Amino acid sequence: MTYQLTHLESLESEAVHIIREVVAEFERPVLLFSGGKDSAVLLHLARKACWPQQIPFPVLHVDTGHNFPEVLAFRDRTVKALDVRLLVASVQAAIDRGDLVEDPAPDATRNRLQTHSLLEAISEHRFDAVLGGGRRDEEKSRAKERIFSFRDEFGQWNPRGQRPELWNLFNGRHRAGEHFRIFPLSNWTELDIWQYVSEEHIELPSIYYAHSREVFRRDNMLLAVGPFTRPRGDIADEEPFLALVRYRTVGDMTCTAAIESSAKGPDEVIMETSVARVSERGATRADDRFSDAAMEDRKREGYF
Amino acid sequence: MELLRLATAGSVDDGKSTLIGRLLYDSKQIFEDQLDAVERTSYARGDEYVDLALLTDGLRAEREQGITIDVAHRYFSTPRRKFIIADTPGHVQHTRNMVTGTSTADLVVILVDARNGITEQTRRHAFIASLLRIQHLVICVNKMDLVDYDQRVFEKIREEFQDFATRLEIADLTFIPMSALHGDNVVERSGEMAWYEGSSLLHHLEEVHIASDRNLIDMRFPVQWVVRPRAEAFHDYRGYAGQVAGGVLEVGDEVVVLPSGISTRIEAIDTADGPIREAFPPMSVIVRLADGLDVGRGDMICHARNQPFVGQDLSAMICWMSDNPLRQGQRLSLKHTTRWVRAVVSELHYRLNVNSLHRDQDIETLSLNDIGRVDLRTTVPLFYDEYRQNRTTGSFILVDDATNATVAAGMLRQPQR
Repeated sequence: MTYQLTHLESLESEAVHIIREVVAEFERPVLLFSGGKDSAVLLHLARKACWPQQIPFPVLHVDTGHNFPEVLAFRDRTVKALDVRLLVASVQAAIDRGDLVEDPAPDATRNRLQTHSLLEAISEHRFDAVLGGGRRDEEKSRAKERIFSFRDEFGQWNPRGQRPELWNLFNGRHRAGEHFRIFPLSNWTELDIWQYVSEEHIELPSIYYAHSREVFRRDNMLLAVGPFTRPRGDIADEEPFLALVRYRTVGDMTCTAAIESSAKGPDEVIMETSVARVSERGATRADDRFSDAAMEDRKREGYF
Repeated sequence: MELLRLATAGSVDDGKSTLIGRLLYDSKQIFEDQLDAVERTSYARGDEYVDLALLTDGLRAEREQGITIDVAHRYFSTPRRKFIIADTPGHVQHTRNMVTGTSTADLVVILVDARNGITEQTRRHAFIASLLRIQHLVICVNKMDLVDYDQRVFEKIREEFQDFATRLEIADLTFIPMSALHGDNVVERSGEMAWYEGSSLLHHLEEVHIASDRNLIDMRFPVQWVVRPRAEAFHDYRGYAGQVAGGVLEVGDEVVVLPSGISTRIEAIDTADGPIREAFPPMSVIVRLADGLDVGRGDMICHARNQPFVGQDLSAMICWMSDNPLRQGQRLSLKHTTRWVRAVVSELHYRLNVNSLHRDQDIETLSLNDIGRVDLRTTVPLFYDEYRQNRTTGSFILVDDATNATVAAGMLRQPQR
């Protein structure tokens, strides 16, 4: 016996430890579950951390109303199988109530509007720990995030005033109205996620794997032709065509792009990911392309 | 594949971010769109070459000021290992970030500018690495291109540092001459320094032996969470979840549970994937005991014949991390393994001057970034080891009750007689 863990075993053990700290120390945790691969892995880890108990907290989906139907079906199937309570914070409902005003531009994204609905749900349910699938390798400002990341009473992140985080001694102390975002997958990379999905046989929405879809090209990204994104008739190079594609990330349909791929399962995705030359967000997320600091700005406001 | 956690430290202009950018770039971990963004920003600022530091300096203020503010984590892997880099800022006022980034590291890389040699910062960083019991230290003498790749410059710095390091406790010390900007000895051996016979930095990181750094002798299992399912299938199940903090535990082992001191036996070690025979650090498992004892979060399971120190009067080195100075008599919360207790600072012994290693005993307070020796008294006994024996059971944090901020990192010493 060599008493050595592989890197995936180390990452799993670290994540389980973090989730158990949350269960032991917080009164009202919740897990953000979008149906995307990171949140699917997080939910899988939560199940393992709590086993043989049921997961003792609900999951929350911030629903922009612009979802892929395959992802919603996966979401409902998964929470049913695990017997966890699903809460939905609806951006559409907030718009209907007049709490949010939608950008009138054609194909406008509701990505930024999610922050409002998320913070509202946190305050309504008095959640004190919000588990999320964010990874530090995703984006530059995420690389600076703590595993236990403090949010003030307005849900804001202050990157320059973060608590030091030492060894595995997490400090989740807070006052009423403040909360923590907890990131058990902080040290995982996109490749780690896929290797883990493969090893643990974790089910993901079908759109993560190659399928045929009608798409069009905009800003060098492939967007699906659908109810929320459609080619502009006046722009010639937005001609729709049928392609074999998959999604590397799954978010709001308006700002999540597909990539051409023939990967039918996790192992083929791993092959593709190992040789990918464009980052996950760069390839597929229009929301991070606005500026060098787009994510930082959204995070400060209370985004995921 | 094995995981290696490293921390990097250096003064503001030693080229640390450039080195990390180079490691990521040359090991092909940088994506094209990330490089494009860096190129655009570099040229827009009028840089003469692509500033790889922009790959790591993620916050707006960092890019504007050209400095690194907070610990940033970076990830890359080679076929041999996966690496997690904690990139820590070098300026004096951010020593707390160096301690933060280094606390979980297996290895520390310190950059030295070949033109400036060993500075106060170098000594401070090396001392912190030694204080935190980092076994492996790599001194990268950077910017060798600016001293004509001169071996004498490198040797002089090496001798000076070795002289200083005799007063530290570092098991494995390595020196590498390099130019991060040009990539000399970062991933590939340099063609400019034929006189250097050692490895490139990446090769060293892939080969350095870290498996023996953990304590596999003194079994310590802090109970994190009591598992009591409310389900028919697990009706009488009672398990103790936690992460092994030291040693190896095996089904059948005779153990005691602290603080009760009651002896029992390990009946089973469970995981969600099924039962296992043995567990070792840093595995997260569930332990079931033969007898139905009253065990809770913060208790500790260990072998009957190998127990930690138990005591309320603690002797520790601490790094103070708050703007408000620490005074003798101050009361704070303390987190050690999985338990929170209250503590009072019973004695401030001395502040360590990390440049001279001189002990300044005439002190009233410890200020931000000070490192000092203190005595603490806790409301209930802790079960602990010397930090040098076990980084998990030998470490603690102090938390200010008014602000809830983490204000100190602490490393426990042997109890005083």
